[in-house]
Amino acid sequence: MRWKTAEYSGWGRVLKATGDIARPEKMAALRELWKDVKAPAIGNLRSYGDAALNDKGRAVDMTRLDRLVTFDAKTGLLTAEAGITIGEITRTFAPKGWIPAVLPGTGFATLAGCIANDVHGKNHKAGSFGQHVTNIELLGANGRVRNITPGENTDLFRATCGGLGQTGLILSATIQLIPTPSGVMEVRESRIDSLSEFMAMLEGSTAEYCVGWIDAAVNGEGLGRGVLEEGEISTHAPDIALKKSKSIPKDAPRFLLASPVVRLFNHFYQRRVPSEGRKVKRPMQDFFFPLDRVHDWNKLYGKPGFHQFQCALPDATAREALTRMLELIADSKQASPLAVLKRMGAGRAGMMSFPMEGFTLAVDFPNRPKAAQLIGELEEIATHAGGRLYLAKDALARPDIIAAMYDELEDFAKIANDVDPKGLLVTDMVRRLKLRDAG
Amino acid sequence: MKQNWLILGGSSSMARAFARRVAEQGADVFLAGRDMDDLRRMATDCHLRGAKTSEAIKFDSRKPAEFGAVYERLGKQDGVLNVAVFVSSMPDQADIDKNPALVDATIADSFTGPARFLQGFVPMMEERGSGTVVGVASVAGDRGRISNYVYGAAKAGFATYLSGLRNRLTRAGGHVVTVKPGFTDTGMTWGIEGMFLVASPDAAASDILKAVAKKKNTIYTPFFWRYIMVIITHIPEAIFKKMSI
Repeated sequence: MRWKTAEYSGWGRVLKATGDIARPEKMAALRELWKDVKAPAIGNLRSYGDAALNDKGRAVDMTRLDRLVTFDAKTGLLTAEAGITIGEITRTFAPKGWIPAVLPGTGFATLAGCIANDVHGKNHKAGSFGQHVTNIELLGANGRVRNITPGENTDLFRATCGGLGQTGLILSATIQLIPTPSGVMEVRESRIDSLSEFMAMLEGSTAEYCVGWIDAAVNGEGLGRGVLEEGEISTHAPDIALKKSKSIPKDAPRFLLASPVVRLFNHFYQRRVPSEGRKVKRPMQDFFFPLDRVHDWNKLYGKPGFHQFQCALPDATAREALTRMLELIADSKQASPLAVLKRMGAGRAGMMSFPMEGFTLAVDFPNRPKAAQLIGELEEIATHAGGRLYLAKDALARPDIIAAMYDELEDFAKIANDVDPKGLLVTDMVRRLKLRDAG
Repeated sequence: MKQNWLILGGSSSMARAFARRVAEQGADVFLAGRDMDDLRRMATDCHLRGAKTSEAIKFDSRKPAEFGAVYERLGKQDGVLNVAVFVSSMPDQADIDKNPALVDATIADSFTGPARFLQGFVPMMEERGSGTVVGVASVAGDRGRISNYVYGAAKAGFATYLSGLRNRLTRAGGHVVTVKPGFTDTGMTWGIEGMFLVASPDAAASDILKAVAKKKNTIYTPFFWRYIMVIITHIPEAIFKKMSI
């Protein structure tokens, strides 16, 4: 196996790593490689920080191991190799009447990446991705392959879902797809004028899929304003053709995300929805993966890259915490237009899973000197509110904050250290946040 | 009319992308190569994407004695017989320089093996008066360069063979598409230095399918390699022989 020395980074492009990467084209090549070298797996590098980085070490790129293995058209159980993307599964199976039960915000995430970060979707009632996984084929650091299930290997399974690749290499997984009557979403868009209205609407919505865009640049009266999108899969609509995807050829200039530009953009972005709301039909992919049509959209943040702050907050403290966070963000003039407020369900599949019952706020910030300081303050608020930071997005947190937020961290570390005693699968994030030091 | 696609070298990334696309169009797919375990996995993948029949077939371009079984299997299929040749090998030129036996292996894998196979297969296509041969050559075959001239020579030989085969098959109602990929992001090029304008295997597969539909003769993928190669082939030999590109 040839190794490629490359510099690579997470989606935010702030944290980078340099190291040797192998990319097996088939399982036999991976098994051959694994005899000599054990290294963490990487996929499409859609986590934002350093969850998939191993600076000065090696990594195994799993994206070419992407075959469909079995599918039962009666039960909707699909087994596929680790590197297939969630968008490819959706594209292939939606016309046959099935989609993954949980879809993250990008279709470029790989199947194994969705498990390793236990991603969630716009349908908080369905729980997290890992809750719909019935089997994981795991290649251990000891060279053995095990099939683990939530019922029979509960601890190892719970350490693997959301486990950032620390328990072994996911070779393939079986997921439960859900039936879909069409490939089209019927979306109701509503203009929202305040944070309390937003929270009430999100809580009260009966729609299966629900996501809010929030204007994070406005303070005072407009605090918390935005657009709520409530989606249901259409039962009858004929397919709508997808528009052609575009790509960003190079890094955008800095003024693009200057505060006045963002404020102006946000103003018109909200006003594009009429005050009485509107109903639109959209291809499923456009609803679930709204940014995927612009390839490399992370280049819009220019060469320095960007951070995303995403936290989950319990109902009891959410209102107060969100108000303070949004005030801080607006005052800082650091926000980009990408900001999302969602309802979050309690469902989580692993020890290190992110979800908790309540709300989740996600805001992107261009990587400027002030951003890190602001995110530090937001993390403080989230900590005091009993909230949680999303490791798939994080590039800045401190170990003590994460330890306080993840109460099963010690159990996780014990299991990871047990199955990988030499620490062969440790990544930059695990080192930075000391995720395996507690065990 | 039902389409059958025999894909030689079915484990390569470009072949996989191509196989998936024809499977989605509903063709029967036959993945031929040496790693039967992987080909079987790939056959299942194609089946789940829409190929009614999808099978793995043992094929080794260095073992012509085994070609008969492949002819026999495909001969049983109704409809149009098509074949796409993705097999080849590209050892480092430095390794070939150390071990001249690799010259034979490279030429067998990339030229004489596939040519010999096609000699036996094409009569079946002529008999049915239809079908397309896709032959993957390379921009490396357009001019011999210090960095991989044995591989380039094998691909040049294959391209010339395909040109003659097109001449022959056209009059029987079939067609031959010669594909010259530039740098493609495959297992063969992974980690090799000096790559630029690298295209994805899926983009190449898409270009190939368009060329099949439009009955193109020779395509470069991505298209701009045609112009790059015009420049490279027009550099006077007196200058070219001193260059290392």
